[in-house]
Amino acid sequence: MSLVAKEPFHFYTRQNLTYLSGRKATNLIELLSGIKEVPEMSIYHHTHHYLEQHEFLSPEPPNDFAYWITNNLQDKLLGEEIASIDLRELLTLNEIRLKFIEAIEFSINENSESLSRTASPGSEFHFMSARTFVFPTKYIANSLGEFDECLKKVSVHSIFYHIFEAKLFKKISNFCDWLSSSLNEQKLAEEFCKLDPYTQTLENLRKMLIELVENRLKEYSYGKA
Amino acid sequence: MVKLKEYEKYVGVDVIDELELYASKLSGVVVQNINSTSVGGGVAEILTRMIPLLQELGVNALWDVIKGGEKFFEVTKKMHNALHGQSVTYTKEEIDLYLETNEMNAREMDLKGDIMFIHDPQPCALIRKKSDVNQQWIWRCHIDFSRPDPFTWNFLKEYIEQYDASIFSAPSFARELKIPQVLISPSIDPLSDKNKELPQETIDSVLENFNIDKKRPIVTQISRFDYLKDPVGVVKVFRRVRKYVDCQLVLAGGGATDDPEGVKVLAEVQEIAANDPDIFLLLLPPASDIEINALQRASTVVLQKSLREGFGLTVAEALWKSKPVIAGAVGGIPLQIAHKYSGLLTHTIEGTAFALKQLLQNPSYAKKLGENGRENIRKNFLITRHLRDYLLLFLSLLHKKGDVIYL
Repeated sequence: MSLVAKEPFHFYTRQNLTYLSGRKATNLIELLSGIKEVPEMSIYHHTHHYLEQHEFLSPEPPNDFAYWITNNLQDKLLGEEIASIDLRELLTLNEIRLKFIEAIEFSINENSESLSRTASPGSEFHFMSARTFVFPTKYIANSLGEFDECLKKVSVHSIFYHIFEAKLFKKISNFCDWLSSSLNEQKLAEEFCKLDPYTQTLENLRKMLIELVENRLKEYSYGKA
Repeated sequence: MVKLKEYEKYVGVDVIDELELYASKLSGVVVQNINSTSVGGGVAEILTRMIPLLQELGVNALWDVIKGGEKFFEVTKKMHNALHGQSVTYTKEEIDLYLETNEMNAREMDLKGDIMFIHDPQPCALIRKKSDVNQQWIWRCHIDFSRPDPFTWNFLKEYIEQYDASIFSAPSFARELKIPQVLISPSIDPLSDKNKELPQETIDSVLENFNIDKKRPIVTQISRFDYLKDPVGVVKVFRRVRKYVDCQLVLAGGGATDDPEGVKVLAEVQEIAANDPDIFLLLLPPASDIEINALQRASTVVLQKSLREGFGLTVAEALWKSKPVIAGAVGGIPLQIAHKYSGLLTHTIEGTAFALKQLLQNPSYAKKLGENGRENIRKNFLITRHLRDYLLLFLSLLHKKGDVIYL
């Protein structure tokens, strides 16, 4: 265990530009066929933008599909099933897509009432997509103490990037790997990995990460390390 | 002139820092905005505030205005109404005049931007002068595009599809187009007269001027007198609710004097209001931003019972003031309100009356909706988010490949 990192951690930040596709769905069949055919970045947009855009609402509603099915198709049962899909367990956008397809197809087969529901005019589901722009920030951590300071200062978009996008787009450095490989902080890395980022606000997530790091720093200062 | 730093207290230092970071990748890029008027109207208002902020960020933002005679603007007004859904016909002369005026402007203007940013239909056909392949052209549609007149749409589409990208304000405005369509919502400026914080004395004095009782609940709808804003429906909602809760109704807006339909709508509202001392119909002159601000801040609940809507920025204005809002689920309003979290979305007079009664009788629930609403506006509908989207859009045109762009 060491307070000084073998490699510094560079904090990046990112922003998305939202694209409209012109494609929309008015019922479950159209939604299903859209989910099957749209690009992966569309699945990404509809399952992740809510975390930032409606951050204050987290943990509900967790994705656009669940929100629309519940509120516009008024299918509470399927809406709840879609909302409770554990995105943390799914490691790629394709896995996420397949899980949604499976849940909707199951509902259609089991519950023919699902098929009769239609959104009212003006409440259609609009498929969108995104392009992500990644920028290096001025924040670089060379030690656990500096990492703590950076976590306090970076934007929530940077936290989002290193937590969610690191999971989905493998090239990205994530907190857990760095803590484990550069600081030899396996236990702290495990604690970071255990957090479910999909069920809290980004600011809350930031607080929890800081708390974990500061508890560890206290252990050092008390000589327990 | 307003400086970016002044927004820090609303959005945080990190947001301003990141705007500087994004803009640093656009250093020296010339963005030439072109629209049809330098004063009056929403587009000019946005550009007046945006251009200095972009320049402060180091983007070489320019703004030019096309010239045209009265007849040209009559044709473009017709186009504007047609894109809002009105059915219109054009003479060949009108179409020729539209194209000739664009041609003349293209000849006379120095179209020198690395990025040409064209706003609304009036200068749309300038794209015919696009020659340099490295020059990027954007067409920004600021108006409700959900049900455009087919002829007008097909006519403009031919030009729009020559652009490199288009921008729409709400998902329901998206069309089938060969070019990318970017979603960029409009925004409000927390430092403008319409949204800045006001001393209680100013609010009280506005209420006093209009003889509104500040001690009793105030229900307000700010909008022009237009069938699509359903002011008659609002009065009906008020009448249903007042049976149970003592309250006053304020319907405030402008635009009736020069709009024949507005005069008719106002007359209908006056008739149904029938000199009710608790209904205040306020015809405000154009420069009434402080009055509107004060009325919103004095309100207990704000309504926006629109039947159709462009984006509906009055909703954002009210939410920014932490007011609980009940609004029609149309146009851009559902982007601003997540039902039961940051406001209530309704579809009927009965539903709106029920929601209003609920909020007037449950102040703590109303307060929570208002607080969530303000937070949503703070994060998603302030001018700093609008600036961010513009910067990303410019970057997207300079980096056209890939879903994830590392800068």
